[in-house]
Amino acid sequence: MSSEPEQIDGGRRHFLLVATTVTGVAGLAATAVPFLASWKPSARAQALGAPVEQDLSKLEPGAVLKVNWRGQAIFIVRRTPEMLATLTKPEVLSQLRDPDSKDSEQPEYAKNETRALKPEYLVLVGVCTHLGCAPLDRFQPQDAELGADWPGGFYCPCHGSRFDMAGRVFKDVPAPTNLRIPPYRFINENVIQIGVDAEVA
Amino acid sequence: MSATMPSPVRRGRLAAIAEWCDQRLGYSRFIKAHMTEYYAPKNFNFWYYFGSLALLVLVIQIVTGIFLTMNYKPSAEGAFASVEYIMRDVEWGWLIRYMHSTGASAFFVVVYLHMFRGLMYGSYKNPRELVWIFGMLIYLCLMAEAFFGYLLPWGNMSYWGAQVIVSLFGAIPGIGESLVEWIRGDYYISDITLNRFFALHVIALPLALIFLVVAHIFALHEVGSNNPDGVEIKKLKGPDGHPVDGIPFHPYYTVKDLVGVIVFLAFFSCVVFFAPEMGGYFLEHANFQPANPLQTPENIAPVWYFTPFYAILRAVPNKLLGVVLMGLAVISFAFLPWLDRSKVKSIRYRGWIFKTFLFAFAFSFIALGYLGLQHVTPAYTYAARFFTIVYFSFFILMPWYTKIDPTKPVPERVTYHAH
Repeated sequence: MSSEPEQIDGGRRHFLLVATTVTGVAGLAATAVPFLASWKPSARAQALGAPVEQDLSKLEPGAVLKVNWRGQAIFIVRRTPEMLATLTKPEVLSQLRDPDSKDSEQPEYAKNETRALKPEYLVLVGVCTHLGCAPLDRFQPQDAELGADWPGGFYCPCHGSRFDMAGRVFKDVPAPTNLRIPPYRFINENVIQIGVDAEVA
Repeated sequence: MSATMPSPVRRGRLAAIAEWCDQRLGYSRFIKAHMTEYYAPKNFNFWYYFGSLALLVLVIQIVTGIFLTMNYKPSAEGAFASVEYIMRDVEWGWLIRYMHSTGASAFFVVVYLHMFRGLMYGSYKNPRELVWIFGMLIYLCLMAEAFFGYLLPWGNMSYWGAQVIVSLFGAIPGIGESLVEWIRGDYYISDITLNRFFALHVIALPLALIFLVVAHIFALHEVGSNNPDGVEIKKLKGPDGHPVDGIPFHPYYTVKDLVGVIVFLAFFSCVVFFAPEMGGYFLEHANFQPANPLQTPENIAPVWYFTPFYAILRAVPNKLLGVVLMGLAVISFAFLPWLDRSKVKSIRYRGWIFKTFLFAFAFSFIALGYLGLQHVTPAYTYAARFFTIVYFSFFILMPWYTKIDPTKPVPERVTYHAH
């Protein structure tokens, strides 16, 4: 004798609706993980990004050497005493946006006046911090294009960003920060390894 | 009359098959709703060609694209050489590729004109907000499609263009650098990046584009087309229930659009056959060298259709702000339906204030496009800043100037002169 009208249990329906929806969304989110994670650098890409070594014994003072690490050009400059002298000139420092490298990316051991482990060797990622172009070396002071007060440094041809002989960015250019300095260490007197941090003394 | 009645219409076998299908598919109802009984305003003018032309270019891009993938190799090793192979060794390969590369620029030409039509005649206003928003999504998809496609030839400009655009995401505070690494799938733009851009360019985005185009047209046919007078033709219907100022899309506008197609194809062919590189604007000179991760081209400039936004990016001395303004310059269009407070739609019945702003906006868009192609000099930077301000004031000041703009009375019916 079950002739009474069937009661619709609204609360139960609502609970089932919410519970199945939440479960379904959680399942979708979990399924999305492998697809999104597949975009991260693969094991092979990570292996190819391994550290590189370079012998610097033949690098002459004032010259630059470009090494490929992770597809980026790493600039190694053997700075002359004149180049190093420009780094502390007040008229240069006053033109820099971040002279103390406070807002820039570099290992702790390169966060100093010369932005280097050894003042003589400047090691930089040769990728403009604006939009990733390759800056050109314009080490000669008083450049015709860059002006009479140009102290020597790097110039990005894409959007006109300028950097000094320690890769520090000038004011009023599009690049926001100093050129990056990669992790590096000296294996011995002449051989540098890029991609591995130096032991902090 | 004889006792055995012949069927009222003697139909051929083909017609019988068609009817058999129709009973099971219902396509004749679809054709009626969207073609033969879709009533469009009878006063469409020249500016109404570009919607159908955009559809034509989409078809050209899909067909030529399918044939290009048959010979293209999406790898850092093989990409550049396979494009040369298409150009030199594949029969008619050069034609198929030039149609595709010219089609990319043609797509932006017709889409920019199509959008300008919308601005002039207020086609984004109520009730067509969704039509406009689907259109904006199509535009975003198209930009992504063009950007991903531009990496594929693996020329040096492809490479550095991708490098610059992907780096834009690095400006996002906190997650920027890891986001960039995730997009590239490597520590630099590499074979891995090329391969995934290929997948996005040939599968993901074309699917999204087709879906959005269908949504754009369905939304349009739901509310009905706007017209140069901005008059709602649905308000005045004849005894047959159809708008008195409307004519069936087919055959009237299919025939009209066919004329547009022929004229368009004449121009398109001229470019394909006589100036496929368009002096370096459609195919940039630096892209005839293979990608070189250690050597930036002298002057990185995107293809012409991105240069207005690129000029805005360069004009701002702060990286994050530059990226934000560039993004805003693109998506500002989506807010037009709610920024425009005017009572009238069409420029024909608007006052001098709106006309001045629209002209200034169009001019600054072109000026920024020019500046984005040039080397950076202080004078050009100041000019770009000036035009950036003009560009944004069109949007930001719109709620104010459309409200105070003296408008003219809008007629009851569309203005139309029989020919």
